[in-house]
Amino acid sequence: MIISIVSGKGGTGKTTVAVNLALSLKNIQILDCDVEEPNAHLFLKPRIKEEVKASIPVPEVDEAKCNYCGKCREVCAYHAIAVLSGNNGKKGSVLIFPHLCHGCGACSLLCHEGAIKEVNKEIGVVEIGEKDHLQFVDGRLNVGEAMSPPLIRQVKRYINPTRTVIIDAPPGTSCPVITAVKGSDFCVLVTEPTPFGLNDLILAVEVLRKLKIPFGVIINRCDIGDGKVESYCKQEDIPILMKIPFSREIAVSYSEGVPIVKKDGSYQDKFINLYLNICGIKNEADSSY
Amino acid sequence: MRVKITATVAVVIKEEGISMKICITSEDKTLDSKVDPRFGRCQNFIFFDTDTGKFEAQENTNAQFQGGAGIQSGQLVVSKGVKAVLTGNVGPNAHQVLSAAGVSVFTGVSGTVKEAIDGYKKGQYKAADTPTVGSKFGMPGK
Ligand code: SF4
Ligand code: SF4
Repeated sequence: MIISIVSGKGGTGKTTVAVNLALSLKNIQILDCDVEEPNAHLFLKPRIKEEVKASIPVPEVDEAKCNYCGKCREVCAYHAIAVLSGNNGKKGSVLIFPHLCHGCGACSLLCHEGAIKEVNKEIGVVEIGEKDHLQFVDGRLNVGEAMSPPLIRQVKRYINPTRTVIIDAPPGTSCPVITAVKGSDFCVLVTEPTPFGLNDLILAVEVLRKLKIPFGVIINRCDIGDGKVESYCKQEDIPILMKIPFSREIAVSYSEGVPIVKKDGSYQDKFINLYLNICGIKNEADSSY
Repeated sequence: MRVKITATVAVVIKEEGISMKICITSEDKTLDSKVDPRFGRCQNFIFFDTDTGKFEAQENTNAQFQGGAGIQSGQLVVSKGVKAVLTGNVGPNAHQVLSAAGVSVFTGVSGTVKEAIDGYKKGQYKAADTPTVGSKFGMPGK
């Protein structure tokens, strides 16, 4: 089973949930897909055994073959190409903006002149490691690089189907999140009981419903805000999987980079319960299809 | 973010003769409209012929793009064969396309389109050699 931990915004405790859940269970693989700011390793301190460079193919134009027909520009769904045709016998030019390129290959495929070849551009690195019985993989996007979905896909290639997989997804509701959670059996939405939390939660719920992935909500720092998140969940028939009250103990252990289950064993039971909860809802969802 | 070009060839648009078209980014489609301060995500382009005084307005459909609005707006303006662009600000990608095509970019332009054209004719504006804003400047919510 693949379980993704998602949150509509950063700083809600998504990584805390992912890490503590991973440590509370057996036969786990954890994937940190928050490639712009991977931080699960700070808490797990895995031994990295292998680093694999991740790259995407970006186009390079051989201007000797190019006739500036503009086809490549038209097919690029990411608007990463400009073709200046030149005039009055002056030479044209093809401008490619690699930081907008998703490496989809459409332009080179559709260039009739065979003027485009693909060159690999490094976007980041995938790190594979372990901590005791726990298998660990994360992706680290190069600084200044904007193209996280291809790297997330490369991290997900290491999914081990013989294990329960926990994915720490990037925050938000855009393309990188969707890339991370696609193919998951269940999503855990971590939120806070504040107006901002609710707003982002609603957006995330819309996305998960479109993707048809069963999900439930964890309300973190459940005692600091108002009851609107809870009543929203009730109204929308969304299961609340767990409520974590604000505690000094969690805050301190977080700042020390120590997962709370390592400090206070009673939390382990709570995360095991969370897992059982997830399995129950997942089974129900399966049988209703 | 550093912008890297894989293939650059300087393009010089022939300057003598017919083409005296300029482009103004505009909120609406008339000469009395206000200048739109964004280039890539402006609402309309007004193409004005300084010789005949005729103009043509075109909605900027590139403004909706998630990414690449500046590049494709630059492409559109270049394909119209304009000599100069008058706008508020221009981002790095659009600037690169426009300058590769030899289009001069005049930034810091405000007021109505008509005033902008008059200012241009009087030589009031300075051409921007570099982008005046960062990437995604014109995105809503930024
Ligand atoms: S499709 Fe090929 S020939 Fe046409 S402009 Fe692009 S690179 Fe040049
Ligand atoms: S590979 Fe795809 S995204 Fe990249 S420039 Fe070509 S068409 Fe655009």
